[in-house]
Amino acid sequence: MHLIVVGLSHKTAPVEIRERLAVPESRLGEALTRLCSYSGVKEGILLSTCNRVEVYSVVDDIDVGYGRIQEFLADTHLSLSSEQLTPHLYWHTGDRAIGHLFRVAASLDSMIIGESQILGQLKNAFEVALAHKTTGVIMNKVVKKAISVAKRVRTETKISEMAVSVSYAAVELAKKIFSNLHEKTVLLVGAGEMAKLAAKHLIAHGVGHVRITTRTPQHAVDLAAKFGGTAVPFDQFKDDMASADIVLVSTGAAHYLVGAEDVHRAVEERMNRPMFLIDISVPRNIDPAVRHVDNAFLFDIDDLKHRVEQNRAERVQEAEKAEKMVLEEVTTMLDWMKSLEVTPTIVALRNRVDDVKRAEVDKVLARLSHLSPQDRELVEGLASSIVNKLIHRTMVTLKAEVNSSNGPAFVEAAHRFFALDGQPPSVQPIETYPESPCCHTENSVESGAEDPAPETSIHKQAR
Amino acid sequence: MAAVCFMITLVLYIVATVSFLSYSLRRSEALSQVSLGLTAVGFASHTFVLGARMFATSSAAPPSFSEALSFFAWMIILVLLVVELRHRIHVLGSFMVPLALVSLISAAALPETEPTLQPVFKTLWFHVTLSMLGAVGFTVAFVAGVMYLIQDRFLKSKQFNVLYSKLPALDFLDHLNQQSIVLGFPLLTLGIVTGAISAQLARGSYVSWNPEQTWALVTWLFYFIVLLGRLTVGWRAKRAAYLTVIGFACVILTLVGVVLKGHNALS
Repeated sequence: MHLIVVGLSHKTAPVEIRERLAVPESRLGEALTRLCSYSGVKEGILLSTCNRVEVYSVVDDIDVGYGRIQEFLADTHLSLSSEQLTPHLYWHTGDRAIGHLFRVAASLDSMIIGESQILGQLKNAFEVALAHKTTGVIMNKVVKKAISVAKRVRTETKISEMAVSVSYAAVELAKKIFSNLHEKTVLLVGAGEMAKLAAKHLIAHGVGHVRITTRTPQHAVDLAAKFGGTAVPFDQFKDDMASADIVLVSTGAAHYLVGAEDVHRAVEERMNRPMFLIDISVPRNIDPAVRHVDNAFLFDIDDLKHRVEQNRAERVQEAEKAEKMVLEEVTTMLDWMKSLEVTPTIVALRNRVDDVKRAEVDKVLARLSHLSPQDRELVEGLASSIVNKLIHRTMVTLKAEVNSSNGPAFVEAAHRFFALDGQPPSVQPIETYPESPCCHTENSVESGAEDPAPETSIHKQAR
Repeated sequence: MAAVCFMITLVLYIVATVSFLSYSLRRSEALSQVSLGLTAVGFASHTFVLGARMFATSSAAPPSFSEALSFFAWMIILVLLVVELRHRIHVLGSFMVPLALVSLISAAALPETEPTLQPVFKTLWFHVTLSMLGAVGFTVAFVAGVMYLIQDRFLKSKQFNVLYSKLPALDFLDHLNQQSIVLGFPLLTLGIVTGAISAQLARGSYVSWNPEQTWALVTWLFYFIVLLGRLTVGWRAKRAAYLTVIGFACVILTLVGVVLKGHNALS
């Protein structure tokens, strides 16, 4: 039973390969069913986004598994051959596979570190896999854990807090000048793409009024209708500036449209209420001298880009913290996976029942000091044979099911039935999942003593 | 008991100050909760100290200057906790707790001075309480002004450091500045009026132009102009921030005047 991942991402494959390999959501179920029809593939989940196509799978044999999944990937698109695909693929197994999934979910492997889309995409892929029943005990646990790791990273680091696009940086800055964007007015001068995007972000963050002016009056009217704002004649916009809290300028003009004097007048008219001016045009349309006007805050495209770069750098710093979290979580996950191996489970089970038997026999023999050595052996033999008969079926079933798809479930059940994770069965609530299993039985002596049923039966027999 | 609590309060405020200052310079948000917790416990202990004093001394005895300073520190923390509860602006503590600490240390360091005016009715109580509340308003305005100027500087110079990310929006700071003056000004006015009445009852003259009274009147006049300027000709934002910083200097000078008066009376 091995967890493996095979896939490619923006880091290893160009978009020409990624787009051919991407599986649309409508065909995801069908692809998953096909994946699990390969022999040796027990569980599978397919994560397909514009930046990555990855198959996470539980397989019997690592090398066979790699081969099967590579075959599966090559088959998803007719025009792709294995030879074309292989150089772009990466493979991971065990802790590296788990770590990779956790990093992907937490957006540490994304093109833009800390972006939030990937988590939704992973949840989606998981839901489709659940619906098509292509996941089992291991995959369910690992993916759920990946989702919780991603959430932890998001809440405990600032990885996704800072704006990393120019248009969004404008919103972030606006919020440092105006605590509440509601009731605020934005004046859009010209309609460059980036300015429109910034306006959209501002409106999404609550900006109440939009005023638009462009050289072509009809264009302004059209845009006003689109944004739910009002159009302002181009030759009057300077007089209108005082009513705007945020002025977004992006025209194709080759000279300054707004001078320091205009801004000074507007600020005065506004009784010194602060004004936020964004100049996204190149060449610039707002005179840089505006920087010296009190209560007017001018940012040009370079300032915004600088802010974005700073935020990206901060995200990378935060990502280092997140990597540590991922490492921690991988360790817990590995411990759990280890507990699912059959041989240690059988050993633990054997030790557990032997300890219980030993404790009970010793207790009884201490009271029956008059017994001859032969009788003592008899008592011991009786206890052993009862215990062995009781666990015989369990042992056989575990060994038989080890390679079936239900194998891990049986192992987990054995752990819980016999409390192989260190706690006595009477104490452990049924809902608890054994998070950190340890396959030894320190508590077995006490737990045996607490169990009255076997004691009475042995007493009866001894008498 | 009260003395022990006073020491506990002092120690807690010192630790909270250190914690708040390092919070303002470090990226981590975790320190804010620690700092606030320390401040809140300190505040509880401080409340006990003041409460015990209230019950211990007969109500006729007017508060000493060091008691007034202790009350001032208590009010600063109260305002901080209220603003924190409403707006969750942790960095405010990095400015207000040190101020409260300075005030509390002054309270502990100053010799106990006898009030120069004989207590007549309870006017002196009102005078001290109201004047101190007015001073609290101006102090909060000062803090908001300083924070405004820092944030304004960061935005103008495009310096986006840790403190920038923790300081609130400019218009919030301007609003806090305005509200504090609007609340502080009438309180100071009443404080001055009750002070004059006390003086009249004790000495027979309303004003004797000692440093305390002179600076109190200068302060009053200054804030009157600041408030008028804001409401009529738009003295807000950066200018208001500068003015409140200057105004705070007047408040400090008035308090120094009170201390000097106490010393003169003793010698």
